[in-house]
Amino acid sequence: MEYFVQQLIIGVTLGSIYGLIAIGYTMVYGIIGMINFAHGDVFMVGGFIALTAFLALLAIGVTSIPLALFLVLLIAMALTALYGWAVERIAYRPLRHSYRLAPLISAIGMSIILQNFVQIAQGARVKPLPPIITGGHRVMSSEGYDVDISNIQIIVVLTTLVLMLGFSWLVAKTRLGRDMRACEQDLKMASLLGVNIDRTISLTFVIGAALASVAGIMYLLYYGVIDFYIGFVAGVKAFTAAVLGGIGSLPGAMLGGLLIGLIETFWSAYFSIEYKDVAAFSILIVVLIFLPTGILGRPEVEKV
Amino acid sequence: MKTIWLAGVALGTSLALAGTGAAQDITVGVAGPMTGQYASFGTQLKNGAEAAVADINAAGGVMGKKLKLEIGDDACDPKQARAIGEKFASAKLPFVAGHYCSSSSIPASEAYQDGGVVQITPASTNPTFTERNMWNTFRVCGRDDQQGSIAGDFVAKTYKGKNIAILQDKSTYGKGLADEMKKALNKGGLKEKMYEAYTQGDKDFNSLVSKMKANKIDVVYVGGYHTEAGLILRQMRSQGMTSQMISGDAIATNEFWSITGDAGEGMMFTFGSDPRKRPTAAAIVKKFKDKNVDPEGYTLYTYAAMSIWTQAATKAKTTDGKKVAETIKAGKWDTVLGPISYDKKGDITTVDYVFYKWSKDGKYDEVPTGKGS
Repeated sequence: MEYFVQQLIIGVTLGSIYGLIAIGYTMVYGIIGMINFAHGDVFMVGGFIALTAFLALLAIGVTSIPLALFLVLLIAMALTALYGWAVERIAYRPLRHSYRLAPLISAIGMSIILQNFVQIAQGARVKPLPPIITGGHRVMSSEGYDVDISNIQIIVVLTTLVLMLGFSWLVAKTRLGRDMRACEQDLKMASLLGVNIDRTISLTFVIGAALASVAGIMYLLYYGVIDFYIGFVAGVKAFTAAVLGGIGSLPGAMLGGLLIGLIETFWSAYFSIEYKDVAAFSILIVVLIFLPTGILGRPEVEKV
Repeated sequence: MKTIWLAGVALGTSLALAGTGAAQDITVGVAGPMTGQYASFGTQLKNGAEAAVADINAAGGVMGKKLKLEIGDDACDPKQARAIGEKFASAKLPFVAGHYCSSSSIPASEAYQDGGVVQITPASTNPTFTERNMWNTFRVCGRDDQQGSIAGDFVAKTYKGKNIAILQDKSTYGKGLADEMKKALNKGGLKEKMYEAYTQGDKDFNSLVSKMKANKIDVVYVGGYHTEAGLILRQMRSQGMTSQMISGDAIATNEFWSITGDAGEGMMFTFGSDPRKRPTAAAIVKKFKDKNVDPEGYTLYTYAAMSIWTQAATKAKTTDGKKVAETIKAGKWDTVLGPISYDKKGDITTVDYVFYKWSKDGKYDEVPTGKGS
């Protein structure tokens, strides 16, 4: 039982990070029907911006951790959002009315560009961040096995929860959210009815990138190291999560993220860590066989 | 007509110049992971090789010719290593110091053999490297069967009756080392409680750590590189595990400490007795320190590899691969690491693996208690 609870804590933390990234994939797919393969690398860029900001703040003598965290969050979200906006503007918008594969190829190109840019600008080495948030709490303990939850795990899960709620509110209640839903249903009709679709799509990328940058910060704080390559692996996992949950569906992205995190964790805890990726992807295949649109996805309605 | 004549003269002169340039220099190679997550080791190799070439050239070069260094980046990837092997072999380089990862050195060595290139690896410890009856493979470091068995003996003796976990990263180096350690451990009468393989490049080992916690593991032996070992250690400490971690020579880099921070304190690993402390190395270590470079890990091993080839080529009066290789095997060489001589396979005859421990201030030092029997 204790062992199970411990795995649950680990799995939910990992799943939260995947979920935050998965939202970016699912939103973009929902609105313009393309897979933004550069999104994983936007997450990585977010992590690097956060690392630079942390080190800069420490260097100029900001020692209060909550203040530093808050500033890093602001800086990283703003700058990464800029990246998200620029990626859309440069690589996707000119190709929006081109044939379907063009933006996909351009997304893969963008992913390679971002990866190589960071590799050259920041070096290929693993970049460490000294542990900033330490300490934790004992949840339960029996028969000599202690279940611990660390402060950083609490922060990761809480931050994700707050952002998810905020984001759901944004989509459901605001003008921008209404525009986004309108674009999702029918891009052409929305534009005929006066929705500024360029602006809506840009903002979708901006918000997705900002959420990915928060995931980047959480990743950096949780594991303490980043390198230019993390975007690829995390991106593939988050994309899988989005597909598993039903691509295009917001709760689906979150659910998919949690599931992937939990599957990986429980598989390595009860079987062997060697095959955790095999396990995660096998379950994806099984789910897609029985639920081709993912767990919460809606079947695409053929538009006449 | 006149222009053609002029062009001819120009061409002739430039060819002559190119010719004299080639006659002046001997190009030798150094190869390792200059980029990627093990780039800190590539830097060690590069630093060592560059310093050696500078010193050799200052002392008059090889047979009156200067050495020129070409750097190959394999990113610790077997495919890239093989490509560098082909490239260096077709460029007719007489000698390569490298590579770092065993999984790179082994595929590259075949290309070197075909091209007549002598290869001395400063760092690849997997036994297979010198076990394939090849004339061109040498190393200046020890082997994992020696390293692993010292670690296995030590753990079997020191931690009798304790719970041992063995982890490895599925790489040629990591798996080889872990399996040699396991062999010695079992021979010493201790059976490991866990044996797990993880994937290189992974960052999340929390569930593995909690599994070790549930199994009440006292000692963790890692066959793998410092990035993953450092992360596992960091996640162990943050889950409140106080177990001892022990690993191999891949921990001999200051980057380990920058990953673990204070969690790295007490980490133990096996490595050749510290070359930086040998009297033969004092002058060279000072030169490095003046340039603000710590000749850590395999830096001085690479320096030694360069100097062994130079001495052998000078003695054999040729850069012909096979002849130099024979000379290396027959002779005894003075290096920064002390005198080195070779057996028939290309392994060094004296091996002195000792235990090191990371201390609170982020430095590693030999621990006398850890001397292998």
